[in-house]
Amino acid sequence: MVTALAAPEQTDEPELLRFTTAGSVDDGKSTLIGRLLYDTKTAFEDQLAHVEDVSRRRGDERVNLALLTDGLRAEREQGITIDVAYRYFATPRRKFIIADTPGHIQYTRNMVTGASTASLAIVLVDARLGVVEQTRRHALIASLLKIPHLVFAVNKMDLVGWERARFTELAAQLEPLAARLDIPAITTIPISALTGANVVERSREMPWFTGPALLEHLETVHVDRIATELRFPVQWVIRPQSDEFHDYRGYAGQLAGGVVRTGDRVVVLPSGKPTRIARIEHSGRVVDAAAAPASITLHLADDLDVGRGDLICRPDEQPVASQDFDAMVCWMSERPLVPNGRYALKHTTRWTRAVATEISYRLDINSGEQHGGASELRANDLARIRIRTHAPIFGDPYNRNRLTGSFALVDETTHATVAAGMLLG
Amino acid sequence: MHILRELVAERERPCLLFSGGKDSIVLLRLAEMAFRPARFPFPLVHIDTGHNFPETIEYRDRTIARLGERLIVGSVQASIDQGRASEETGPRASRNRLQTVTLLDTIAKHEFDAAIGGARRDEEKARAKERIFSHRDELGQWEPKQQRPELWALYNARLKKGEHLRVFPLSNWTELDVWQYIAREDIDLPALYFAHEREVFERDRMLYAANPFMQLLPREQVRREVVRFRTIGDMSCTGAVRSNARTLDDVIAEVAAARITERGATRADDRFTEAAMEDRKREGYF
Repeated sequence: MVTALAAPEQTDEPELLRFTTAGSVDDGKSTLIGRLLYDTKTAFEDQLAHVEDVSRRRGDERVNLALLTDGLRAEREQGITIDVAYRYFATPRRKFIIADTPGHIQYTRNMVTGASTASLAIVLVDARLGVVEQTRRHALIASLLKIPHLVFAVNKMDLVGWERARFTELAAQLEPLAARLDIPAITTIPISALTGANVVERSREMPWFTGPALLEHLETVHVDRIATELRFPVQWVIRPQSDEFHDYRGYAGQLAGGVVRTGDRVVVLPSGKPTRIARIEHSGRVVDAAAAPASITLHLADDLDVGRGDLICRPDEQPVASQDFDAMVCWMSERPLVPNGRYALKHTTRWTRAVATEISYRLDINSGEQHGGASELRANDLARIRIRTHAPIFGDPYNRNRLTGSFALVDETTHATVAAGMLLG
Repeated sequence: MHILRELVAERERPCLLFSGGKDSIVLLRLAEMAFRPARFPFPLVHIDTGHNFPETIEYRDRTIARLGERLIVGSVQASIDQGRASEETGPRASRNRLQTVTLLDTIAKHEFDAAIGGARRDEEKARAKERIFSHRDELGQWEPKQQRPELWALYNARLKKGEHLRVFPLSNWTELDVWQYIAREDIDLPALYFAHEREVFERDRMLYAANPFMQLLPREQVRREVVRFRTIGDMSCTGAVRSNARTLDDVIAEVAAARITERGATRADDRFTEAAMEDRKREGYF
């Protein structure tokens, strides 16, 4: 029997690109998104009619495309974006999800949230102002979260007379910043979100720029899934209590890395017991193989005691099992982290209790400098900390696998998510 | 599937809200994918306004019978009879807003700590910032500023006593995604979604099905037209669109070319004020 490799889940089809945008209050981020929605004909007539109407009432000179995206009432009243918002558009070549994050208050927390699932980041640079503190901050967060692609969109080129010299100067300014980032692919594109130049169509005003327009770049950028070791965190055990399926025992979950095939030799952690993959089910069908990020059900050749939170992997590719590890965290709570603070920790499908034993240093997100001797962490702080967990974690360094290398800390009293964490190698 | 399984693994008493609309029909298929051959680890809940299309109820009962799952019906009529909700009056009366009372009562009665719904972020601006795991306080209210950050695929389903979650597995799907999935999986839908001839009347530039729950205003006339529905809610607030799309492929072509949002085209309930959806969400609506 020949069966194809199981397709990834519907929302993760390969032609999907998730990207994040970040910018400060006036650099035209909302206008850029409005422009992408408008020019790709994603914005619908009723939405446009509404925006035109509001623009007219407010006495704006032209249709304010930013109004397409400012969702909540408080935001419209204040003219700013408060929280991460998700937008959707599609072209014949790809589907896109934008995580639109604000540049001002709570910026780090929101950027980290948006960046955690993104494959590309757009950082807006105002052509008049050049590299400012926020440019560095946004780029460093993208780098820290290991987003593989970054675009510096040099916006408001219309306000600097579409000048090639100004763009060259800015590109030179961005170079030392780019050199410090751990991002393999960085692109710089001159645009005007207001007029639409180089957003969807190549600009006639800037014939000297020979690269692709922004959308063309988004459509063609290579979103490769880095081949990683097999990682299957068991999410749910399917055991029908029925006569027909009396002996059925399936381990359901989403592949967090690699490819699994029927017959593969595997081990189950933490027990370390070896077995083989007897059968793979995907979307109700039996398949020979499946690749991340498919949601599948595995059947094992041996009758082992396997439960939620266990990890299935290859015997020669086991992750590090540890109760003490170093991590970069972004603190997200108004209640500060203090040394020896206790939290619930979620890593893949496993919860355990954790103590933050030490704050190694705080990272200044504007300069990239490390500051030792911090006694606490406050909302939006980034820091390297040392953590001890009650049960061992089967983790990979974040730069190898973003799913098995990440975790969240949760306050045990309020149950609020208080930190995003990334395991260090 | 990942989202559904995370929820059932971490909450004791979830339920799935089934409206008979296409989004909740897709949810049922995802639940089959996630949990079969076992039974669903949650019951289905239908909030029946009493103003549903008969086709919706017929579809609901047929589907429940096929799946062999448990259905709980929360009745808006019962809420009204018990004095928990009072009916709007006049030609524009709708029970849409009353659903919230019945929904919250049903959740309380069965002590559900999480409810799965089919809402998508592309439907409406106030939904764009909704979380996949959306946290509600003891009164069922949504506070946009108190939502938890959602990092990677790590969902936090922990709650204090009395709080509950609304969970939206289709958050990142668009209307077109839903239709393409329905086509790919060959999912049976209520006939309302396909072009058919029916008696309609026009109001506020929308077409409504002639029905016993709406009174005609002066100068409104019932006529026969070929229409279909892009969304299915109450007869009193769901508008039809003129369409000849009789098959799934026709519908997909129509949706791909559509220039008006589905809610803008067919939902009277969102039209009242600019922030109508945001207000209803704060009150506990989906």
